[in-house]
Amino acid sequence: MSEATTLTDPIISAHSRVPEMSIADVELPKETVGDITADHPTMTTRNVDVFYADKHAIIDVSLDIGRNEVVAMIGPSGCGKSTFLRCLNRMNDTIDICRVTGDIKLEGDDIYSKDMDVVLLRARVGMVFQKPNPFPKSIFENVAYGPRIHGLARDKTELEEIVHQSLERAGLLNEVKDRLDQPGTGLSGGQQQRLCIARTIAVNPDVILMDEPCSALDPIATARIEDLIDELKQNYSIAIVTHSMQQAARVSQRTAYFHLGHLVEVGATDQIFTNPRTKLTEDYITGRFG
Amino acid sequence: MSNSEKVTAAAGRPAIADKVRESLGKRYRAEQRFQLYGIIAITMAILFLGFLFASIISRGISAFQATYVNLEINFDESVIDPDGGRDPEVLHKASYRGVLRQSLQDLFPEASGRSERRALLALISNGAEFQLRDLVVENPELIGTRQNVWLLAAAEVDSVVKGQVDLDLDESQRRMSDQQVGWINQLQNDDRVERRFNTTLFTNGDSRDPEQAGLRVALLGSFYTLLVTLALSFPIGVAAAVYLEEFAPKNKWTDLIEVNINNLAAVPSIVFGLLGLAVFINLFGMPRSAPLVGGLVLTLMTLPTIIIASRAALKSVPPSIREAALGVGASQTQTVTHHVLPLAMPGMLTGTIIGMAQALGETAPLLMIGMIAFIVDPPSGVTDPATVLPVQIYLWADSPERGFVAKTSAAIMVLLGFLILMNAIAVLLRKRFERRW
Repeated sequence: MSEATTLTDPIISAHSRVPEMSIADVELPKETVGDITADHPTMTTRNVDVFYADKHAIIDVSLDIGRNEVVAMIGPSGCGKSTFLRCLNRMNDTIDICRVTGDIKLEGDDIYSKDMDVVLLRARVGMVFQKPNPFPKSIFENVAYGPRIHGLARDKTELEEIVHQSLERAGLLNEVKDRLDQPGTGLSGGQQQRLCIARTIAVNPDVILMDEPCSALDPIATARIEDLIDELKQNYSIAIVTHSMQQAARVSQRTAYFHLGHLVEVGATDQIFTNPRTKLTEDYITGRFG
Repeated sequence: MSNSEKVTAAAGRPAIADKVRESLGKRYRAEQRFQLYGIIAITMAILFLGFLFASIISRGISAFQATYVNLEINFDESVIDPDGGRDPEVLHKASYRGVLRQSLQDLFPEASGRSERRALLALISNGAEFQLRDLVVENPELIGTRQNVWLLAAAEVDSVVKGQVDLDLDESQRRMSDQQVGWINQLQNDDRVERRFNTTLFTNGDSRDPEQAGLRVALLGSFYTLLVTLALSFPIGVAAAVYLEEFAPKNKWTDLIEVNINNLAAVPSIVFGLLGLAVFINLFGMPRSAPLVGGLVLTLMTLPTIIIASRAALKSVPPSIREAALGVGASQTQTVTHHVLPLAMPGMLTGTIIGMAQALGETAPLLMIGMIAFIVDPPSGVTDPATVLPVQIYLWADSPERGFVAKTSAAIMVLLGFLILMNAIAVLLRKRFERRW
């Protein structure tokens, strides 16, 4: 893992990288390289295609998300990793022109079938967004909202317990316990993001989806969130989209590399970063295009 | 500066700093010019507004005071209640005009001729006899006594007392003769003339006599009309906006609806009046001149404004809030009612109150549905005939009597006061809702 870290210096990978080749030059592999399955999958996706009107945004992607593991999705901007993530809790439903085909199952239930209630699905598959988006309400209300609308607490004491527990697990309780009645929007960026994580785990979902959760945060806040993700994987299945390859290397057990809507390679994180099996993946993680 | 030039020249680089500095002056001048245009625009706006207010207030302020004349009234039992039975009906029907005439004659015995007596009686408002009647009916023990009573002066006297009549003009060119002016002066010398706050302006309905005309009917009519408008247009407008913005699919039909809402906002208001006349009065048989119909017509007129403002308010709620709510499993309706609506509410309220202010000042459509009628009795509900403030202003501005000139401006001041009050409420409400982060 330390080797992977040195391979991709953040400055090289993120900023001053000079593209040596265009994305379009690369020949895409016919099939995903590597093992797409997980030992104990919580979610399974098979042959998923996503269209935005005429644009084919995700092309034949299959990937499992295993229990108690973190799957990182990496790839250049516009490669479809966020789109794919948003299929997993049907967040794409809010976009009129978006159409999803293929087979996505949560614990064996097809989430795009008629029997699947989208409200129930989103209670079971929580999501943390790129930009911290606490509700413009108090810290307590932010965390209590999910349990309250789903009726998870029988009374006020139970609700308070859930809120405290969630904040504790998100590593935020000590910082905010004296000011739970104050607006969640008044917290710092990192605290806001942890509040959003607390809000997500208050509903106790099976899966947590994270869409670049640290891209708006400073390195210290990022480190805290990464530690938190590491702890959370003991209880949840986590899929994380990230632009930072160090982050993928640090927090994930498996890594999936997306390219132009294709899932190019999947594998154990160590293997992807030290010994990628496709040229595309190697070019990307060594910073030759982005 | 020349130092830095040398340094950059020595380094062999083009003197970028100097080039930028050259353009800087131009940029700052452009900025200053731009600011100047803004200041000129604002100054002109303030000047016009100041001119408007100054002209209205200077003309209308005098109407907030009314002239009263103190007369020693002889409540003669032989005139009011010859039988002595104190029967309320008899007291009601007695000739108080005679009582008034007698009192005036006692004060000015020199006025003996028929026309002189009439001129004398013309000093006091036509309403004075009813004032005396009400006084006696309420206090029958006054009969047979002499009392000093303050009575409303006629509008012409009011004008003379306020100095609005040019007394240097030839007698034939003014309504008050020299003799009448002499009497007024005599009354003033005896401290029998007083100017008081004009409560009549707020307690009376319309009248042919300027001194008796008031805004009560118009105020109540405007209140009831706006009540109907608010009760209908706010819920309908917000519901339409929420549906179109949050739930409706984006297709040709919703595009068509959107275009038509924008068109409706631009339809001249008198067209809505004609529609109200044809549909609400002729087809549904609703009463004419009623605030109910006025409110319905103004609802049609303000709905587009409210819908457009509400949709803009909903659009301005960041999508991240919707995603956050949907992400924890809130349904579409919960997302809207728990998160989006509270955030959009200040904008919606502002739009609504702007629409209401528009409705408060609207005249044309109300003329079409008969709210221009001459109405003396205040309405007791939304189906009683009434008029509204702007229509009352129109009616008074159209009246030839001098007293109505000041009255018109006073009514405009009352209307503007209400507009300012409503806008202040809008600002307060917005502040209040925004404080809920």
